[in-house]
Amino acid sequence: MSTRITNNTDKKSEPSSTDEFIKGLWRENPVFVQVLGMCPVLAVSNTAQNALAMGLATAFVLLMSNILVASLRNFIPKQVRIASFILIIATFVTIVDYAIQAISVDLHKNLGAFISLIVVNCLILSRAEAFASKNTLGKSIMDALGMGVGFVFALFCLGAVRELLGNGSLFDVAIFPESFQEWIIMILPAGGFFTLALWLVVFNYFKVKKAKG
Amino acid sequence: MNTESYWSIFINASLVNNFVLAYFLGICPFLGVSGKMETATKMGGAVTFVMLISSICAYGIHALLVAIDAPFLQLISYIVVIASTVQLVEMFIKKMSPTLFRALGIFLPLITTNCAILGLALFQTNKAYSFSQSLVYSLGAGIGFTLALILMAGIREQLEFAEVPDVVKGTALTLLVAGILSLTFMGFSGLGT
Repeated sequence: MSTRITNNTDKKSEPSSTDEFIKGLWRENPVFVQVLGMCPVLAVSNTAQNALAMGLATAFVLLMSNILVASLRNFIPKQVRIASFILIIATFVTIVDYAIQAISVDLHKNLGAFISLIVVNCLILSRAEAFASKNTLGKSIMDALGMGVGFVFALFCLGAVRELLGNGSLFDVAIFPESFQEWIIMILPAGGFFTLALWLVVFNYFKVKKAKG
Repeated sequence: MNTESYWSIFINASLVNNFVLAYFLGICPFLGVSGKMETATKMGGAVTFVMLISSICAYGIHALLVAIDAPFLQLISYIVVIASTVQLVEMFIKKMSPTLFRALGIFLPLITTNCAILGLALFQTNKAYSFSQSLVYSLGAGIGFTLALILMAGIREQLEFAEVPDVVKGTALTLLVAGILSLTFMGFSGLGT
């Protein structure tokens, strides 16, 4: 068992747990670098508030499922691990779904089916499979926190840009003067694709620059 | 009971509210396997098939869960059904065409985590479609997904020969193309009501 764990551990990752946290924020940012979990990123990032709520919900599910997967990693048979992970994730998503409904019905309506769709967010499953099932509880928690914060950060970047340009406001507070002509396209689906593409270009720019210099 | 006509459901699911370009469902395979026309077509076929089966199962499960008054089990039971269907399709493809199995690679088991399929099951439940309406809806959604994938693959095959700046290469370029495709599909919005 122990050989399998050491063999499969990501060679790039450093042993310190702070590093597990930091990597999710920037170097291995789930959205901008790994391009994982795109569907909710594009769909609910039309306002900063929706984006933040969705990001927090996803981060919570990620953290809880990573904790459970890491604690149970020695008991789950290898053959049925994906199915078990999905069941664990689905349980927490159901909890989040009902919790959001209890907190704010409006928010629940805005996010719609995308709360339930956190189940199929590739980010969560990939962290469970690639990290939590092979690492200790402490490290898995740090990894989930880092990835979660990185995901919230990315969603917020998108949501803020889209709301600012598409609606002239941020968190429903008007930023631009009345005379500002809204870019309706930014709120529509196409705007999601364009905004994400531009953020990726920004990240690539830094990567290319670093590689050259 | 929803009284929408079959034709309207079909057009809505495949063009007006295209799952990929309007609802952002199934973006991962859309970006991942849209590089080659052939794989894209077959992936579309596989997804459509899984959609049909899971739509039928979701209808049955929903009726059962309503009968035993346990709506909180909905999500968990849907995902289990989808995972098993995907497993079935995977075994079938592996047996029938090992080449296709290799070409689809990791994206075949990842159909399980394709939001389009779970999304379809949830939407048809929310809209309270009848059994036959659900079938038409899932067929439309599947065809819409395949259409988006094929369009994307066609464009990307051409883009192979284009010279693009370094920073835009890869996913960013694909997303830009997807944005333009999404704009195009907005033109269909007059069709459905």
